[in-house]
Amino acid sequence: MTLFGYRVPMMSSLILWCLIWEIVGRLELVLLFPPFSGVLAALVELVQSPKFLAATWTTLTTFCIGMALAIVCGIALGVLMGRVKAAENLLGMWVNVFASAPLSALVPVLMILFGMGAKTIVVSVFLFAIWIIALDTQAGVKHITPSLIDMARSFGAGRRDVYAKIILWAALPEILAGIRLGFIRGVKGVVIGQLLVSIIGYGELFELYSRSFLMEEFWALTIVLFAFALLVAELVGMLEKRIEYYAGVRQ
Amino acid sequence: MVAVTRKVPRAADPHGENMASLESIISVRGINKIYPGQVHALKDVDLDFSAGALTSLLGPSGCGKTTLLKIIAGLLEPSTGDVLVKGRKVTGPGPERAFVFQDFALMPWATVLRNVGFGLELRGVAEAKRHETARRYIEQVGLAGFEDKYPHELSGGMRQRVGLARALAVDADVLLLDEPFSAVDEQTRRKFQEDLLRLREVERKTFIFVTHSIEEAVYLSDRIVLLSRRPGRVSQVITPQIDRSGSPDEIRRDRAYLDTVEEIWQGLRHFVD
Amino acid sequence: MDARLEDPIAAQLAAQPGEAARSRHQILWWRLASIALFCGAWEVAGRVPINLAFPTFSSTIMAFGEMVADGTMLKAYGLTLQPLVIGLIVSAVLGISTGVAMGLRKSVEWMAAPIFIVLQAAPVAAVIPMVTFVYGIGLTAKVISVCLLALPVIVLNSYKAVANVNPSLITMCSSFLGSRWQQIIKIILPDASPVIFAGLRLGIGAGFVGIILAELLITPTGIGDLITYHRAVANYGHMYAATASIIVFSAFTLSALQWVEESWIRPEKKRS
Repeated sequence: MTLFGYRVPMMSSLILWCLIWEIVGRLELVLLFPPFSGVLAALVELVQSPKFLAATWTTLTTFCIGMALAIVCGIALGVLMGRVKAAENLLGMWVNVFASAPLSALVPVLMILFGMGAKTIVVSVFLFAIWIIALDTQAGVKHITPSLIDMARSFGAGRRDVYAKIILWAALPEILAGIRLGFIRGVKGVVIGQLLVSIIGYGELFELYSRSFLMEEFWALTIVLFAFALLVAELVGMLEKRIEYYAGVRQ
Repeated sequence: MVAVTRKVPRAADPHGENMASLESIISVRGINKIYPGQVHALKDVDLDFSAGALTSLLGPSGCGKTTLLKIIAGLLEPSTGDVLVKGRKVTGPGPERAFVFQDFALMPWATVLRNVGFGLELRGVAEAKRHETARRYIEQVGLAGFEDKYPHELSGGMRQRVGLARALAVDADVLLLDEPFSAVDEQTRRKFQEDLLRLREVERKTFIFVTHSIEEAVYLSDRIVLLSRRPGRVSQVITPQIDRSGSPDEIRRDRAYLDTVEEIWQGLRHFVD
Repeated sequence: MDARLEDPIAAQLAAQPGEAARSRHQILWWRLASIALFCGAWEVAGRVPINLAFPTFSSTIMAFGEMVADGTMLKAYGLTLQPLVIGLIVSAVLGISTGVAMGLRKSVEWMAAPIFIVLQAAPVAAVIPMVTFVYGIGLTAKVISVCLLALPVIVLNSYKAVANVNPSLITMCSSFLGSRWQQIIKIILPDASPVIFAGLRLGIGAGFVGIILAELLITPTGIGDLITYHRAVANYGHMYAATASIIVFSAFTLSALQWVEESWIRPEKKRS
């Protein structure tokens, strides 16, 4: 948008929103919002506290393990459904249901199956992220031009070569798109899992802050989480862009 | 190169009614178009379009022929200069001009019937009346029986017939066609050209036709305006003297037809690297 | 590619171009086989058992029947659906109008788009426990939880839909003398409707997450209460039945919405 003849970047309105937040906080209009400056002060303090660092470590490790599993299994499942008609018919419906289902309802079940600890969080991340990765991979695999596979075969490629050298690479743009969406869902999974388990990682901190009504700390932690989620999405987005030039060739 | 508008009456005009009037219905005066970033698309274009004639704008790609057509349509504003329609200055689209789009621009959610009647719908014509008009033009472009089909159920050629019927249905004096056959395969294209010639006799409208095909321009036009490379200017105006009384195949083998094609090709040749 | 693949149903459709061509009959058989496979695997896993807290499929179904018979299921759904429906209606009306306004006006886009972009990528669920502190335990808190999760995705999809309307159709409309209002009603909204609907589907999915989180985290009522209560008393069959029922219910709701869209809003899609 342009203002007085100058181009104003899109995200700059966030500064305005922070200002509004500050004013609302100063006027004590809504109980939920302390002044933004107070939140920033709490943020600086928070990131230095050992409790926060320990929680970050737990969160990061569980998130990474869960995502790694989801990516490996999701791609495998997607390729299977994309290549084998029967697998698609049998599993497609369930993958679809789980991709759009309210999986948070499953977390209590996970809690009794895997205990009130890190294992449950890993499984939550895995379950939140895997389905969209599988669906996008499947879409990518099904959109490969058949002549590409015929080409590989005609030059004597074996079954393994076809998968490792053609199919995975040709479907890469869709797989990456799926992974990016999977990351966003995985972050939601790690947060929802921790909120519901509420005795490890950030969940414990959230529980503490909301019980003792520490609004500034609560928002500081929320901002950290939001920033983490956006950072993850940006990073995968950047990786995706580097592949884009060759994805465009396919159109 | 100064734009010269030769108003030569055609000697061998089998259907006099096509050239019933030589009065100019559209005048283009001193048009310049400069796109942002100093792209000079059109330079000092002066042209007159006579009522009832079919004029082609022909030139290499990127010469600004579509830009000129859109300026005449009122969809783009010229940087300098005016377009006059029946003596009145153009400030935007008007009821006396109707546009046929290169990409058809059909609404995918609407049936053929509604697409054809869309111009009338926008004017607030009652449903019964506009359906009646739409059906008439659907039949005229040879799509009778397809009224309730959706665009994606039609072939490219049929879709463009819908676009043509829509433009005819609003009963404008001038039809502006922007490369209407470029997205259509060759056979359909020829059939379409023949139909367009036939339609001209029935409809008695003024046609302005943008194309990059020399054969198409010569086959269809009373007058061909050649535009030069960017910045586009009028480099030549040709009035083909072709006897169109014969069959399509006879026209395409006609001496005058072949000579005109060759003449234009020689004129355009130096634009092509 | 993005907006489409973000929608699981659309991604699925894109992955199955031949789906419509196959006979309905065959699809039905595959569906049944697929369901049988799932239930069978569940039953076997429950009988082994892989975990003491993992009931068999049959005992889960029995528990479900029991809860339907004694009315607890119906009552729980009543409590869950009321705030969900209110929240979704509010989100749909507010979200579509905000998104469309963002697509039509640059100033609204500048002001609102960043907020919703941040909200959509971020785990908003973290804020839900806080909602209770302001609005207490009750209907309002639940409705706000639903809106918090459903609104961003509905807004962003409507906004993307309007911003990406086929420009050629807009030119066509103005060349046939359509007014700005006609352009919005007759071209922009119909052309944007598939993506707006995809947003609604995603929004409903998110709304289900919102209501379940609200019931699990702040107000133990409805389906969330059934899950929490039966877990506490180690009544696992009942707990699984409640969990599975809400997941199946949301899946049915989403397919129903897609059916509505195809039948009424964009009938041409069904014919391809």
